[in-house]
Amino acid sequence: MQSQLLISKGARRYKRFGALFGHSLLVAIASSSVIALLFIFYFIMRDAIPFFRIEGVKEFFTSTHWYPSRNAPEFGALSIFVGSALVTLGASIVAVPLGILAALCLSDILPFSVRQVAKPVIEMLAAIPSVVFGFFALVVFAPLLQTHGGSIIAAGAWIVFAPLGLVVVAVASDVATSRLPGRARAAGRIGAAVLLGSLATLALLALTGFLNRLPVSTGTNALNVSIILGIMALPTIVSVSEDALNAVGRELREGSYALGATRAETLVRVVVPAARSGILAAVILGIMRAIGETMVVWMASGNAARIPSPWFNLLEPVRTLTATIAGDMGEADQVTGSARYHVLFAMAACLLAFAFIMNVVSEYAVRRSRRTKG
Amino acid sequence: MNRFRNALMTTVLAAVLCVIFVPAAGFAQANRIIIDGSTTVGPIGKAFAEYYMSKNPGVNITVSESGSGNGAKSLINGTCDVATMSRFMKDEEFKAAVEKGVSPVATVIAIDGLAIVVHPSSPIQGLTIDKIRDIYTGTITNWKELGGPNVAIVLISRDTNSGTYETFESLVMNKQKISNKAEYVGSSGAIRARVQSTPAAIGYVGLGFVDKTVKALKVNNVYPDNATVTSGAYSIARPLFMFTNGYPKMGSELCNFLNLYLTQKGQQIIEEIGFVPVTKY
Repeated sequence: MQSQLLISKGARRYKRFGALFGHSLLVAIASSSVIALLFIFYFIMRDAIPFFRIEGVKEFFTSTHWYPSRNAPEFGALSIFVGSALVTLGASIVAVPLGILAALCLSDILPFSVRQVAKPVIEMLAAIPSVVFGFFALVVFAPLLQTHGGSIIAAGAWIVFAPLGLVVVAVASDVATSRLPGRARAAGRIGAAVLLGSLATLALLALTGFLNRLPVSTGTNALNVSIILGIMALPTIVSVSEDALNAVGRELREGSYALGATRAETLVRVVVPAARSGILAAVILGIMRAIGETMVVWMASGNAARIPSPWFNLLEPVRTLTATIAGDMGEADQVTGSARYHVLFAMAACLLAFAFIMNVVSEYAVRRSRRTKG
Repeated sequence: MNRFRNALMTTVLAAVLCVIFVPAAGFAQANRIIIDGSTTVGPIGKAFAEYYMSKNPGVNITVSESGSGNGAKSLINGTCDVATMSRFMKDEEFKAAVEKGVSPVATVIAIDGLAIVVHPSSPIQGLTIDKIRDIYTGTITNWKELGGPNVAIVLISRDTNSGTYETFESLVMNKQKISNKAEYVGSSGAIRARVQSTPAAIGYVGLGFVDKTVKALKVNNVYPDNATVTSGAYSIARPLFMFTNGYPKMGSELCNFLNLYLTQKGQQIIEEIGFVPVTKY
């Protein structure tokens, strides 16, 4: 009887071998991305460290003189770091408020049918190749900025700040009047909203009036790139934070309503805090997209290695780390100027270190918010 | 059993890595021309090579761009057949070549002329080379200092990667630094696009890139065109060389390749890349 159930020794070995083969193949595939990462780290560090050995550390981080191609080359990359930071900051100013608000709208405010159409459309933005954005920035947007710079910036300020102001006014008046007794509350809320709303409108009008008169001498500047990068980062931020907001779940929202909270209170005090870690992850992903983008900044940021004056003047051209690496790689052969070759790897190492730090920070923040919640 | 499994996994991993990292083996060919040298002349070499190989399928031409100095070095060491150079050989290089039994022969295959371009609406017609240098060093920052409107000058330069930049730096800048306000763009077409859309801009492009959308300025009172560049009247121009070890044997592949610049197709290629041909059919 028993002998009939036993599989022959050869077949058993064959089967075991097959399982082993499959298993090890899967391990190899799974570890390939880790191996790739390790290789990237290794090769970048291998070529970055010689730069600091040849040229030292101080000039690279403190000088703004970037003349790598001269006979007595200077490798001061401070202005390039500032350029990268400025562009990233500008892109986050454009993308973060817009993205989070759009996600809120999609998840909690707009009807479901609109969301079904709007979300895929926003996500399609992510599918446009960056060189197309770059071409647009250089050929269409830069001349537009030059001729109608002030009014475009003013319109942009409206687009960014008007919805933000609206939400802030609504929430603030809601919160300010929440302590008032029943009947007075509705009237008080309207009064507060009108008061705050007109104040906000006045402030916005003053701001846009000032922006309208700004002269723009060159269209390929930090602002151009910030706006385009902001648009490129939008789909990431919207999509990921909308997922996070959706994941909060109906129970929490209904619980909040059941306790008598208004919709605004529910959104600001329950839904957003609950989705905080996801929103943070979305923002960090969006920022990483902006800082790592190369083609758009190479084509449309002007690439002047100089800190704008004053430093926040987005209307001046800037040079970023990624654009410098891309633009200088071709000539930086190992034979003629070795410091010139290694300096690009030093920049890549800085970018990598920054990405690593951002990832650690976001991981830490996500963990911590999870712990306080649970 | 466990040990067996580990060994197997290691083998598979090693195999995967080998497949990824073992480079494809190259194969040698009899009719081979190796070109090395200037990044400026490199594009001509590449376009010539492409054209020549399409006409003569048996010939294999490799073109590398490692700078004029390295081109000379390779020719002296016998590691290349043609050294493309954007300057003439230095005395020391000649000396080193002769000592190694190499006799460099120069052929001027094209002329590199740079036009200084501004927006068509600009009232400026011409500048001296000193004024151009002052603009690019940042000494002159406003068009009104040159008799134009009161707007800040927007400096546009090619990236330091390009031969065009090298030419500009050596023929105009006279070892002075370009102002850090200068914007760098990645191609001559992009310079033209920036200048035609920016009224306050100034830029420089190879002569082949000048068209009606931008205005080329007179330099030291000479307007840049093929005639003034070939005659040497226009000052921002320099000859481009191909150096060979002796003049190649008539009828050889190398000789035919070298003489491509004399043909109509060769001249078209040179003009397309943005240089000025030496002869005109």
